[in-house]
Order: sequence, then structure tokens, then C-alpha cells
Amino acid sequence: MGVGNQIEELRERGLEGIQHNFMTARLESLVKWSRARSCWPATFGLACCAIEMMATGAAHYDLARYGMEVFRASPRQADLMIVAGRVSQKMAPVLRQIYDQMMEPKWVISMGVCASSGGMFNNYAIVQGVDQVVPVDVYAPGCPPGPETLMHAIFTLHQEILSGELLARRAAGESGGAGITVQQIDGQTATATIRREHD
Amino acid sequence: MTLQTAMSTTGVAPSGADRVSRREPSAVLRMSEAEAAEIGGDPDDPGDDELVLLNMGPSHPSTHGVLRLMLELSGETVLRSKPVIGYLHTGMEKTGENLTYLQGGTNVTRMDYASPLFNELAFSLATERLLGIEVPERATWIRMLMCELNRVSSHLLFMATNGMDLGAVSMMIYGWREREEVLRFFEKVTGLRMNHNYIRPGGVAADLPADWRTDVARLIELIEPRLEEYDTLLTGQPIWRERLQGVGVISVAEALALGATGPILRGAGMAWDLRRDEPYLFYDQVDFDVIVGTHGDCYDRYAIRLNEIRESLRIVAQIIEAMPSGDYRVQDKKVTPPPRSRIDASMEALIHHFKIFTEGFKVPPGEAYAAVESPRGELGVYLVSDGTSVPYRVHVRAPSFINLQTLPHLMQNGLIADGVAIISSVDPIMGEVDR
Amino acid sequence: MTERYGAPVGDGRPSRGQAVIHPSPSQWLDVAAAARADGFDQLVDLTAVDYLTYGADRSLPEGVQPERFEVVASLMSHARLERLRMRVQVSADDPALPTLFDLWPGSESLEREVYDMFGIAFEGHPDLSRILMPEDWPGNPLRKDYDSGRIPVQFKAASNVR
Repeated sequence: MGVGNQIEELRERGLEGIQHNFMTARLESLVKWSRARSCWPATFGLACCAIEMMATGAAHYDLARYGMEVFRASPRQADLMIVAGRVSQKMAPVLRQIYDQMMEPKWVISMGVCASSGGMFNNYAIVQGVDQVVPVDVYAPGCPPGPETLMHAIFTLHQEILSGELLARRAAGESGGAGITVQQIDGQTATATIRREHD
Repeated sequence: MTLQTAMSTTGVAPSGADRVSRREPSAVLRMSEAEAAEIGGDPDDPGDDELVLLNMGPSHPSTHGVLRLMLELSGETVLRSKPVIGYLHTGMEKTGENLTYLQGGTNVTRMDYASPLFNELAFSLATERLLGIEVPERATWIRMLMCELNRVSSHLLFMATNGMDLGAVSMMIYGWREREEVLRFFEKVTGLRMNHNYIRPGGVAADLPADWRTDVARLIELIEPRLEEYDTLLTGQPIWRERLQGVGVISVAEALALGATGPILRGAGMAWDLRRDEPYLFYDQVDFDVIVGTHGDCYDRYAIRLNEIRESLRIVAQIIEAMPSGDYRVQDKKVTPPPRSRIDASMEALIHHFKIFTEGFKVPPGEAYAAVESPRGELGVYLVSDGTSVPYRVHVRAPSFINLQTLPHLMQNGLIADGVAIISSVDPIMGEVDR
Repeated sequence: MTERYGAPVGDGRPSRGQAVIHPSPSQWLDVAAAARADGFDQLVDLTAVDYLTYGADRSLPEGVQPERFEVVASLMSHARLERLRMRVQVSADDPALPTLFDLWPGSESLEREVYDMFGIAFEGHPDLSRILMPEDWPGNPLRKDYDSGRIPVQFKAASNVR
């Protein structure tokens, strides 16, 4: 029996003819829902935060409850990059490359103060906030953020995905991220190099 | 010689290829291992054109953080390898030159983030050596208690990641499960799960909570039988042994020459443990064994760490008995802030408190080196003071950084799949490697 | 004892009683070889200090000419449970030393780190290249005339003494 016949039957007999349960929804909401519920993170552990990120995935905190236990080794299979730890000038180009390899729509959580703002390491080696390299959607504070904080960040991201707010903002803005540009002291930072390479 | 060329060789070739040529193409799948080896050529003698350069990392799930390896391969065999590091370089030694001795702990604790308390301990011991102060007995015992528990949690982390790297994923879940229990105690004592800044020059940041004995006893009770479970799950298991035994072998002489310490040196057969051989804190007053391997392979390093958890628990049990009452930090007005209760009552105390935390305390000029046995080997801090409240130079002798030098040696002529086991068994923490 | 392996022995006071010797750069390799032959079987640590802005007295033994850089190597004799520190003065004009690689191959990474962070070259090192910083990085971060911060922090607590 083809789809056409089913629709025909539906017209004739109404809902009474249907033998199974069904739901109706707007396609957009359905897409948002499925995006939020199968958010696979890329393994991008850098420093201390990575240990807490792994702890979040382990038995006690069990990220599997939210369909997120599959940390993908390949960026091609991941939707979410959790930047867990301090991003060094040497790592920044690698990070950007991995981000570029991820499929749209993709999200970034900046986990911990080092990734968010450089943290206590305001020095030559550390990128002062990963939002200079990739657009960040949610910042998780803490040094390192406990698993609860990371889970809260993830829930926040889920809500943002469900609301569609992020994608709308991303479409409006040029860079899509926080849009912060920070003047460097000597102008010879790796951040500048990254922009050159990827623009 | 690849399989493809072997199969197309005609009957005039020598015996190995000769046999192959008389089979149908698909018959190669039914060859015995010996036959396959015969046509596969000698892995020790590859032709130049068959070498493959492979880049592994810096973002690779089995490299424990941001380690990058350049591998020169002949087929599956690793001929040479070179670790490329610096992807987590944090400039901590430079930052340390801008932080006072009191703040320094927050800096160094983030190096080896699997065993943060050891970093703080080494830094504090070096500072105290420069200051020439003695910390109270109770503070020393507290330091020992916390460090041994940290060794347990660090080795549990190793068990988890080692299991994960070799495909024993259930071990990963178990390792994290037990580690979480230790972290819960740490959180209760220090307020943080990691990066505690608990051990400070002059003592520790706070006294143990009132019911710490119950908590620690419970920890021992909980973890000890679980170690038996690990034995059942891994130690005697044929697959586990097959993957680890005889893989990544190093001798004592090689380990010494390459500067390796900790489980790598002990695994090779040298009973060297700073806790016993150069006792610091009160390690000369507790009874424990130094675990030594015989083969210097990955299996020995695994077994050493597993048994070191047992020894640490043994030490912890003795600390419960030995813990004296007393002060948890030195009562030296220059170094120690006044107690909280006095700050509310006395203006001088408030000023004193403020001065210590903003300006810090002055340390007499000189240089000193202090070393402790961290879960990864000798962790040393070299401090140079110029008489101000900020160290002139902070250098950390990071065991992971130096142990990583053994990696090319361990991986040579092994299979690339064994490389994962070897990286895992060296147990490098990249935060400490790159600092 | 004022000399060991031909190098002046440091005053124990500034080093808090730890054994220190001060070989000259020309002695460096010979002293290291003598120590190696004498049972110091492991090079535990090797680092450098830039004394450019050092305010206090260096307290070097007599006859040792203070220079801007100092390379510090810690040795360990496992048989005797003994540690020894070698401090060598390296001039800023020609920051170079012979490598210890042939005596202790474990000096490989450590010397590369000092080269990266201080710009001190180790002659004869098999692979003298930057180890922690990117290859094209300008400057040597741990030198005292290299700025620590990248971004000025507006809010600051009481300024440091230095």
C-alpha cells in the first residue's frame, strides 16, 4: 500500500483507521530536538579539564544518560567540541583545523577558565581565550569545572540548540562567535597567523 | 615485499614465493603464519622505498593528551619515532617568576594534574629549604596522608587509561569509579577535586576534618578488595598478558642513561624509590615495600603501579595510627597568616594577613633543589631566590618530560599497535611534560 | 675540600648545604666526564637561570667570573645515594656549551628545552631545535628581558616587589 493510498484512507476514515501511535510536529522543531539529543562530543582533552571531562563520561556522572557518552575520535563524526583545558599558541592552529573538519551544525563549549580567558596563565604561551580561535557557544567556569558544571554547560547548550537562538545569531554575525578581538601587545602572536591561514 | 608482488611472482623465484605462485590468489588467506612471514620479507631489513612516515597526534585518543609522534614505519613495524611536544606549553616557569611563594602553589599544582599534591609538596619543600623552617609534625603527616592517597588516585587513573588504551573498557569504568571515591575525600579536605593548592610553604592550608579517620578507613576498605577484582579482570588474563608482556622492554642501564625514574626504572629491575632511599617527610617511619619488576616491559610497569596502590594503602593505614595532634602549619609569623578568629578581633592581625597575601613573605637569597617521588618518578623543584617575596627562577624537573625520552627506545622495532600500549605504560601527563 | 674534579666547590650556605661545584665552561665536559666516571650514573636535571636582573649577591666561590647565564645540572649517584649540582657560567655574548649527550643521552630533551627557553646552544647535540615553542617562534621566553604577559591586565593587586 503506497503513501498515497494511506493519505486517501486518512481522508476518508479520519484517525480511526490508524492502528499505531504517532506524533505531529513542525519539521524545524523535530530537527532541533534531534540535534540536541544526539550531540556527540569530539575528544579534545587538553589539560586538567580533560580529566574532569573523562570523569563526567565515567560511571559516577554518566554522560550516557544524555546520549553523549560516545566521544568521537574523528572530528567528522562529532557535533560538539569541548575545549577542555588551556590552549597554547602551538596548539591553536591544530584546534582550528579540527574545528574546521567538523560538520555543520557544530558547537563549542569552552571548558574551564584557561580555555575561556587564559585563566591564571596570562603569559606568552597561552591563547587568552579560545574564542579568538573558534566561535564559542557556552563557557563553563571553574578551574577545573567539576563534572556538575560541565553537565550544566551541556544542558545550557541543549537548550540553546532547542531554542534555535545560536544558529540565528551565527547567521547574523560575520564570525558567529563572541566577536571579541583583543589587541595583543607586540602584534606577533600565533592568533594573527591563524586568521591568515583560515580566512 | 608486499603481498601483491609476492603473489604475482612466477615459478622461477626462490622457494617461498615459489609456493605462493602455485596457489590461487585467494589461497594466501589460508597461509600459515610462518609462510606469510616468509613472503612478507624481513621486517628488520626494509628497502628504502617501503618506509612510511606517519604522524600521530597531537589530537589522538590514545596519546594521553596532546602528544604528537612522528613514526617511521616499515609495514606495521616502528623503526624510529620522535615525540613532538609543546602543544600544552603553558609558560608556568615564567608565570612562577611573577607569583609570590604563597601563590606559587596554585601555579605548580596545575602541572601534573593527575597528582597535583606532589607538585605542591615539591615546591613547598624547596621553599622551606630556602627559608630554613621546619613544619610541625602533624602537618608533615597530613602531607604524607594526602600524597599517598593522591598516588592511589593517580595510579587508578593509570589503570583506567591503560585499560581503555588496550580495549579493556570495563577497566576504565572501574578505575574512574574508585578514583571518584578518593576525589570525594580530597574535596572534603581541600575544597577541590583537583588542583588543590592545599600543601603550602609552612604546612597545609587547613586541618583535616574531624571525621577523617572514618573516611580514610572506609576508602581503604573499599579500594583494597577492588584491587583483587582488577587482578581477576586483568592481571592473570591471557589477552592482557599477551598485549603487555615482552612489549616495550628497557634495561636498567638504558633507563638510567635516558634519565628515567619511577615505575620505568623500577620496572627494569632497579629498586629505587626516593621515599626509601632519600627519605623526606616521615617516610623513614612507615613500613612499605618498593615494588620492582624484572623484565622492564609494559606488563611489569602495569603490575608495579597496581601493587604500589596496595603499598600506598598500607602506608595510609599506618598514618591513621601515627597521626599526632598539633598544628597543621608552622607558627612562624613571617610565613603564616594569623588564624581567622584573630582577624576579626585585632587590627594588627588583619594588616598582617593582608600583607602576607598581597606582598608575600621574603625568602633569603640562595638556590635549592627538592625532590619527591611522584607517581611518575622523581619530581624536583629548583628554586632561585633573590631575597624578595617572588622566586627569581622556578624550575620543575618533571618526570614525565624526561621519561618521555624513553619512548623512541621502547617503541623501536615494535608493532604500531604496541605503540599505544607503550605510550600508555610510560603514563605521561602532558601538562607536566610541556609545563 | 675546595675543589672537586678540578672545579671549585661552592660555599654550602647559599645552596642550603647541598653539594655544588662551579666548573668553568672550558672545564664543563671534563668535569662532567670525571663525575660520570666517579659513579654519577644519572643526569637528573639540567636547566638554566638568567641572572640579568638578579638583585642579591651571587655568592659564587672565588675565581668564578659571574656571567649572565648559568646552566645548572643535577647529578645522582645511585650507589652512594649522593647528589651533586654543577653550575657553569655562560656568557651572554656567546651563549654556548658543549653537550652532555655523549655522557648521559638523557640530556637530550633537557638541553633542547634550555636552547628553546634561553637560547643557549649545546655544541654537538644531535638535534638542537625548539622543543616546547613553535619552530618559528621569535625570542627565548625564559630570558629576563622577554615579557611574560601578552595582554595587559587592567586590574592589579599591590605591585610585586620587583
